[in-house]
Amino acid sequence: MIWNAFAIAVREIARNLTRAFLTVLGVFIGVAAIITMVTLGQGATLAVKAQISNLGSNLMLLRPGSGFGFRPASGGVPNFSEQDAELIGEQIAGVAAIAPVRSAALSTIYRDTARTTPVIGTTAVYFDINKWVLAEGRLFTAADLRSGGAVCVIGETVHRELFEGASPIGAKIRIGKASCEVIGLLKSKGSAGMGDQDDTIIVPLSTLQRRLVGKASSHDITQIVISGKEGMDGEAVIADITLLMRQRRNLQSNQDSNFSVFDTRQIAEALGSTTQLMTTLLAAVAGVSLLVGGIGIMNIMLVSVTERTREIGIRLAIGALGSEVLLQFLVEAVTLSCIGGVLGILLALGLCAGLAQLIHVPFNFNVQINVIAFLFSAAVGILFGYAPARRAARLNPIDALRHE
Amino acid sequence: MSAPLPAALIDVRGLTKTFGVGDGAFQALKGIDLTINRGEFVAIIGPSGSGKSTLMNVLGCLDVATTGTYAYQGIAVESLTNDGRSLLRRFALGFIFQGFNLLARTSALDNVELPLLYRGLPRKERRTKALAALTSVGLPTKLGSTPGELSGGQQQRVAIARAIVTEPSTLFADEPTGNLDSVTTRDVMALLTRLNGDRGITVLVVTHNDEVAACARRTVLIRDGLIESDVRRA
Repeated sequence: MIWNAFAIAVREIARNLTRAFLTVLGVFIGVAAIITMVTLGQGATLAVKAQISNLGSNLMLLRPGSGFGFRPASGGVPNFSEQDAELIGEQIAGVAAIAPVRSAALSTIYRDTARTTPVIGTTAVYFDINKWVLAEGRLFTAADLRSGGAVCVIGETVHRELFEGASPIGAKIRIGKASCEVIGLLKSKGSAGMGDQDDTIIVPLSTLQRRLVGKASSHDITQIVISGKEGMDGEAVIADITLLMRQRRNLQSNQDSNFSVFDTRQIAEALGSTTQLMTTLLAAVAGVSLLVGGIGIMNIMLVSVTERTREIGIRLAIGALGSEVLLQFLVEAVTLSCIGGVLGILLALGLCAGLAQLIHVPFNFNVQINVIAFLFSAAVGILFGYAPARRAARLNPIDALRHE
Repeated sequence: MSAPLPAALIDVRGLTKTFGVGDGAFQALKGIDLTINRGEFVAIIGPSGSGKSTLMNVLGCLDVATTGTYAYQGIAVESLTNDGRSLLRRFALGFIFQGFNLLARTSALDNVELPLLYRGLPRKERRTKALAALTSVGLPTKLGSTPGELSGGQQQRVAIARAIVTEPSTLFADEPTGNLDSVTTRDVMALLTRLNGDRGITVLVVTHNDEVAACARRTVLIRDGLIESDVRRA
């Protein structure tokens, strides 16, 4: 009997291809949309998490000005000096390493390609603190730092845009006012959520101060990067640094600090909540698509109720049992919903793989969301395919035949 | 059981059928007593709203009576379940409707095969029998045509083929020629007469067309839910 119902159901599907197509389409869109959105949302979350861990653990940033944001110090707020960095290293317990940073956006030219690149002048310890790994070449040495050697280490984005994939080691690029030899290429850290970290050129601090930018306030540094010792109390260290810097800046107790200290945990929290919001938003959009898909399925099923009720009447009149008719409708609904669901999953996989590349997030296959999306859409398809049939199969054949 | 088959194929006593409840209730059949024997050709006639179609639907097990008894070949139909009536229709009854009631977008051959599918016949046997039935109604060439591609007369022939393919003992026809022109009407009635004569199929026709009623050897006139006259021709 099951085989018979299956044979009849397959015939019915073949006979009503438009209806079958629309049903499949509803399930297909719903499944594809929700899987794609949730998968990409989770990929983005993962990417942000990975980047935060790339920033380095126990990392603290000291910046001029108040408030959290990646913006240059504005006028009137004093920058730091190298002495500030030295003092923090000497006087604050719990500090493992400290790197003064001077940053500037400078024009960068190699042959006939020019672009503006964020350039960082710092010391060699900066690479450790920020967990940069060399892909090629070498980092700069203490000698480079002392002499302000015309050398630089470049990020992957700069490599890609200026060198189009060719090895950059040994090449000379013009940065700001001077020409520097590329001695090292850094491994990519990725970009999602944090801006493109690979869009960077790192030079010895003295090189940036003496060669690349103008003379004015040339010994200022714009940021101090600090890594804490394993197991240090981040809040205590931040409090100590704050106190020290307030003293050095002669701030009175009624004045606000004109600098700020963050640790990566705070940054992680800020980014984490943003990503969370984004994922929730995507899930909401996906939920709407699923709903729309569900309504599509419902419509096409309900529109055909009249025709199908008459069909049920005919089948009953020529001797079909109610249960046989129901089984046929169930098989039809399940078959169409499953075809739509499988196609939807396939499309979602393709979309996710493609889009993940495009927006630089990892492609993370989530079994759970695939199963949920499939089951929900299939349930809608089956429910609305089966429920009207259930009602019709209970009628007297003559009432089903006369259904208007 | 080796009890002899009762002489009466259809035997109803005190049959009533009420539609609706309360003030809106309408009694379509008000107590019908009727016996039909194997091999008869009966026309049920009467004005519109007299209850003739309702009687036919109850006799054909497409509808259930409100009160009264109905024995088909000795089987107490009023005590059957929905499935029981389905099986009775599957194995003993055939139907022809005014509106043909063929499955849309389904070829003539598939429509005729449908009852055999529910009987669980293998594909080859289904095909052979459906072809034979379509040939016997004079439509051996339109096998692949869907109802939309056939004329009314052709559709009704397909419907007749579908009704007789299971070799039913009784054929119920509700205004079978209601949607057909007079020439086609004569063809269809000739076909029913032949099925009755050659194969011994009992035929019940509901009609208000005198020409159709004239084909029958017995005419039952229904008026206001009661049998007014029951005339047998020699």
